Amino acid sequence: MARLSALYQDLILDHNRAPQNYRPMENANRRVEGNNPICGDRFTIWLRMEGDVIADVTFQGLGCAISMASASLMTSAVKGKTRAEAEALFDRFLGMITGSAEHEKPESLGKLAVFSGVSEFPIKVKCASLSWHAMKAALDQPNAVVSTE
Amino acid sequence: MKGGAAGQRGGRAAKAHRDPTFPIAVAPPPPPASRVTGTTAPLDVDRIREDFPILRQRIRGKRLVYLDNAATSQKPQAVIDAITRFYTAENANIHRGVHYLSEQATAAYDQAREKTARFLNARSSAEIIFTRGTTDGINLVAQSYARTFLKAGDEILITGMEHHSNIVPWQLVCEQTGAVLRAAPISDAGELEVEAFERLLNDRTRFVSVVHLSNALGTINPVKHLIQLAHARGIPVLVDGAQSAPHLQVDVQELDCDFFAFSGHKVYGPTGVGVLYGRETLLDRMPPYQGGGDMIATVTLQRSTWAPLPAKFEAGTPMIAEAIGLGAAIDYVSRLGLDAIATWEKDLLGYATERVSRLEGIRLIGTAREKATVLGFVLDGVHPHDIGTVLDDAGVAIRAGHHCAQPVMERFGVPATARASFAFYNTRPEVDVLVDGLVTVRKMFG
Repeated sequence: MARLSALYQDLILDHNRAPQNYRPMENANRRVEGNNPICGDRFTIWLRMEGDVIADVTFQGLGCAISMASASLMTSAVKGKTRAEAEALFDRFLGMITGSAEHEKPESLGKLAVFSGVSEFPIKVKCASLSWHAMKAALDQPNAVVSTE
Repeated sequence: MKGGAAGQRGGRAAKAHRDPTFPIAVAPPPPPASRVTGTTAPLDVDRIREDFPILRQRIRGKRLVYLDNAATSQKPQAVIDAITRFYTAENANIHRGVHYLSEQATAAYDQAREKTARFLNARSSAEIIFTRGTTDGINLVAQSYARTFLKAGDEILITGMEHHSNIVPWQLVCEQTGAVLRAAPISDAGELEVEAFERLLNDRTRFVSVVHLSNALGTINPVKHLIQLAHARGIPVLVDGAQSAPHLQVDVQELDCDFFAFSGHKVYGPTGVGVLYGRETLLDRMPPYQGGGDMIATVTLQRSTWAPLPAKFEAGTPMIAEAIGLGAAIDYVSRLGLDAIATWEKDLLGYATERVSRLEGIRLIGTAREKATVLGFVLDGVHPHDIGTVLDDAGVAIRAGHHCAQPVMERFGVPATARASFAFYNTRPEVDVLVDGLVTVRKMFG
């Protein structure tokens, strides 16, 4: 049960129940689908880039609590960041959830630290990273479909 | 040297049926062959569980409650021992060696085929093709039968509750031939709409492929009736028996199906082996599915001729150990008796259905009157994967996802379901652990 509550922390359950930035964006200039065909998880990410800065980011979709909360917290985390900052944050986030960034304390990632328990559940890594992969694809190209399988 | 026994069996009918139209048997079917069907005595499940070593283990300190039997079943010691014995004492390639071990291996492999023929009540073991699994069997029929005999505008009829493996092979063959795939609708309860199925059968329909027991819904289709409807129009029928073979007594002569495919690993046997039963008159007309060793009569650099059934459809060295393991699994379930198994599982499914449906926020997916083994459900506000993760922490293994049946998920308007699927080694106390786990899920996510 301890292992389980480390995964499903309250902040994750809250964001699963009431995700932030959960809406389509009419004035978006980037839109990307993220799919996990094995799970059936499916997210759409909308971005509005102003120059090199992510001026706004929203999402909608269906998935488990981890993928839903991760998408919600991702939108808050990258909003207002430059492309390079967002990509660097994704790298650190991936390092945390895959357990490969042992030198870095999860707390340095702020709220995203709630996903540190994911490293104990290898099968959940793709859930936690799906929206991030989609966001990164949106930075790379305006319209893309990404898959975590 | 070609396998003597297998070769002789298939030879007799090889020239008998060359009618270009579909050869529905016009003679009345022969009386069912006598076979061992086990007793209907109730199962001693406590003792049966001891036959399954994997069930003794604990998962993170909790007793394993294995309720993912529709994905794959666990293996009794007898199956594990049969495979070990083969590799320890009998291993050799079959049908070609002149040495002692090859004779032993060939005999054991052929014996597994005989056991399978009796299990399905096939007329002859020449009608039993060993495949990699149900998917492989369906692809064999799609590529060898449908691709050969169907043309543009012909129709293939399936249902709205098929596993992807009974959809995609037909889509492939439709692309290759210009044939059209149709699907009969299902009701809100997850039952096939038989009248709609009947209306979809028409002069262009050339093949029907239907699931016997739905892996996502648990629905048992009235396949015997569907086969009668199709045969009235001269249309051959494949039955996808991946889920029915482990849970229902199957008699291919009584069903009068033309093909029946199932997987070894779902009937308590090993992975990597499956069975395609095919009506001999049809198999005789079909070209080989794959070319290679073991499936030939003669080979020159210009052309080759084919071995008689069943070798014609078994190119290459087959899954010898796995087929022998499957034979041991068939012996095991036959000793328990499919009727006794079905009775136990029906009680268990009834109990689970009653307990789970009383939980708040539960919606059952698949409420057909005729059901077996599968309890599919969704829980308000909780994604099925989270249900699966929380239950796993309690040692309970279920499946969460689309179950390779995305059209079924779409029909019920859900992205995924949670699915508990039962076998004869499951018990009421295990159902109680499942229910307790679901209560925890409610608390966490409520």
